[in-house]
Amino acid sequence: MVADALLAVRLFVSAPRKFGGIALRGFGPVREHLMEQVAGALAAHGPVVRIPPNADAELLLGGLDLAETLARGTEVKRPGLLDIAEGGVAIVPMAERMSPGVAAHLANAIDRGALAIILLDDGLDADEAPPPALLERVAFLCDLSSVRSLDISLGKQVKWGDAPPSPLKKQRSAIAATAFALGITSVRPILFAEACARLVAVMRRSEKVRDEDLETAVRLALAPRALHLPEIAEASAPEPERPESEPGMQDEADRDRERADIPLDDLLLTAAQAAIPQNVLDGISQGSTRLSGGQAGRARQKERSTRRGRPLGSVPGLPGDGRRLSVFDSLRAAAPWQTLRRAAVPDDARPLHIRKSDLRIRRFEQNRESLIIFAVDASGSSALSRLAEAKGAVELMLAEAHVKRAQVALVAFRHADADVLLPPTRSLTRARRALTGLPGGGGTPLAAGLHQA
Amino acid sequence: MSVFPFSAIVGQSDMKLALLVAAVDARIGGVMIFGDRGTGKSTAARALAATLPPILAVTGCRYNCDPDDGERCPDPCTGDKARRVPVPFVDLPLGSTEDRVLGALDLEKALSRGEKHFEPGLLAKAHRGFLYIDEINLLEDHIVDLLLDVAASGENLVERDGLSVRHKARFVLIGSGNPEEGELRPQLLDRFGLSVEVRTPDSVDDRVEIMRRCDALERDPKKFAAKWRGEDAKVLRQIESAKAALAGVKTPTRALRDTAALCKAVGADGLRGELTLMRSARALAALEGDPAVTRDHIGRMAPLALRHRLRRDVLDETGSTVRIELALAELFG
Repeated sequence: MVADALLAVRLFVSAPRKFGGIALRGFGPVREHLMEQVAGALAAHGPVVRIPPNADAELLLGGLDLAETLARGTEVKRPGLLDIAEGGVAIVPMAERMSPGVAAHLANAIDRGALAIILLDDGLDADEAPPPALLERVAFLCDLSSVRSLDISLGKQVKWGDAPPSPLKKQRSAIAATAFALGITSVRPILFAEACARLVAVMRRSEKVRDEDLETAVRLALAPRALHLPEIAEASAPEPERPESEPGMQDEADRDRERADIPLDDLLLTAAQAAIPQNVLDGISQGSTRLSGGQAGRARQKERSTRRGRPLGSVPGLPGDGRRLSVFDSLRAAAPWQTLRRAAVPDDARPLHIRKSDLRIRRFEQNRESLIIFAVDASGSSALSRLAEAKGAVELMLAEAHVKRAQVALVAFRHADADVLLPPTRSLTRARRALTGLPGGGGTPLAAGLHQA
Repeated sequence: MSVFPFSAIVGQSDMKLALLVAAVDARIGGVMIFGDRGTGKSTAARALAATLPPILAVTGCRYNCDPDDGERCPDPCTGDKARRVPVPFVDLPLGSTEDRVLGALDLEKALSRGEKHFEPGLLAKAHRGFLYIDEINLLEDHIVDLLLDVAASGENLVERDGLSVRHKARFVLIGSGNPEEGELRPQLLDRFGLSVEVRTPDSVDDRVEIMRRCDALERDPKKFAAKWRGEDAKVLRQIESAKAALAGVKTPTRALRDTAALCKAVGADGLRGELTLMRSARALAALEGDPAVTRDHIGRMAPLALRHRLRRDVLDETGSTVRIELALAELFG
């Protein structure tokens, strides 16, 4: 697995825009060490730009250079990060927390062929993943979280050259069939797999694309995107007719002959299936896949606010009563009118003419708080077991609270009375302390059922 | 309010040890202090910063530039004149906005003269010093994202409002918080090298001593400081000789194997736990004047380096510290 990941990175670095991009999952010293080598190697291909986590549309696409505009009296534009990165590579840290808006702009840039991206995915759980729109457009998905050694090196870059070997028609249809069998419906992975096979052939100094190159390409570009497991046909390959040879001696020619007798499709499919990462296999068996990650459910719904949260631009309005003035946006609205307004009152020496209609107030976006209340019937003989199950469910939910940010509470009812056993909280520690009196927790059927969900 | 002398802090030996070790080797990466309010967390961090020797910075530079560094400064700071400034200690209050943390356009200059000036934020002020974040588990998500980004890259890049400013931002991150009020993202916890748990002191004697010392400080800060100056000077000498000795501390193969075995036994996530444990064990050896890292050093630093990196298993009721102690007992006897 590690060797495959390193090979994928090496291929990407050799020809970034042919592969669209690469996603590297797993934060820690290993990825940092790898990225140092990557950054050095990429510098040869063009600009390398880092997209900060608080990027917005203006930062990416460019906007008004306010100070210059005010100084010169004419509109002066400032290039956006995507313009600066044109022809090169954009590195995106914390990709699993990217907003859909930023993802859309990056996807657009990749489609135009303007740049390639490196997604640094810090996610831990299965549903923390970069936006699907970007995962779709990158060739390789690599997971470095299980690598336990810093002794990794990238190897020399491979030159794409003028005319790398092209696959034959039957090789192309084998790639397509493999992708189809794995449930990959999009065309992009197939194109990436072909590009990968070609570059691997160049790397191995071969004049044509051989079956091993296809196997490698399928492992790197298709296996991590598998959406369902293929149904391998029962029919086995016919026994090769082997001439009399020493038992235990199988040379290159024999192996090739054996391989040639197995249909290429099955060969590739087996290779791909063996290379499907464990977390993808788990996702398939549970009925969900990593590619559908991102925001999900009510707990992640955002609500507009004028007070706190992630900044979300500005709208016309008057400040006051908790609404904050956005000085920069107000100035930007006023800037184009300065020449006219100054001309209208030549005796007025004010540096800036601002009207009420120019004022803008800031808007923010914060996560909608959600509260889940477990109301448990605590009367009767099975009350204790019910409470134990609820305790297990509460702990399980809170263990993931840092992802979902939902609060949890537990209320026990007994005929006409109710007890708040756990007031609303987001903290597993507090829940544990409050519910120590109750038996159970953890491995109970309800908890197991939630784990499945 | 005058600074409480570091050596005058009562008890809390774990926390003081963690701060000392973090001060000896900056690569260890900061300390996360879990605990109740009023346990001296911010006092201790502030006290340590005050104990450290002043640093050499270019005169008048708003970014605390090192005159020997040669890195370009966003301001045109002339590298010839340098003077000693106290080690920066910056508080990041809970309600901080992005502008305040990263820095923003100096609007007054932009409005009145049409000039583009960058007003440095808290991250610039904390460069080469300490950034203390109280109640870090309640910090807004998007601010946490920014901090993680800067901590990872070591520099702050501000590209907005028509500005494009890049400045170095390397600091020791000290966070504190009560875990009962909210969980921290594992990605953020991993950024902290060491973690400690502090509790309000149990013994009445300790509490009485705390009250006595705080009272003495309030009534006559100069006298109090003078009384503890000798002890603080000892701490300072200890840190300085540890820094000098650090490169020479031997790390025998046995120590490396012990570290790896321990991390594997407790199931610490990723590689950073092992690296941090190794570095902090060496720093501890340097602090105590030992020539090589021994099992004892590793055992003492293990809870501090690993307790916040263990995957929380909901089905397992034992706390992280206990798990580490069990593993230590099993492996090292």
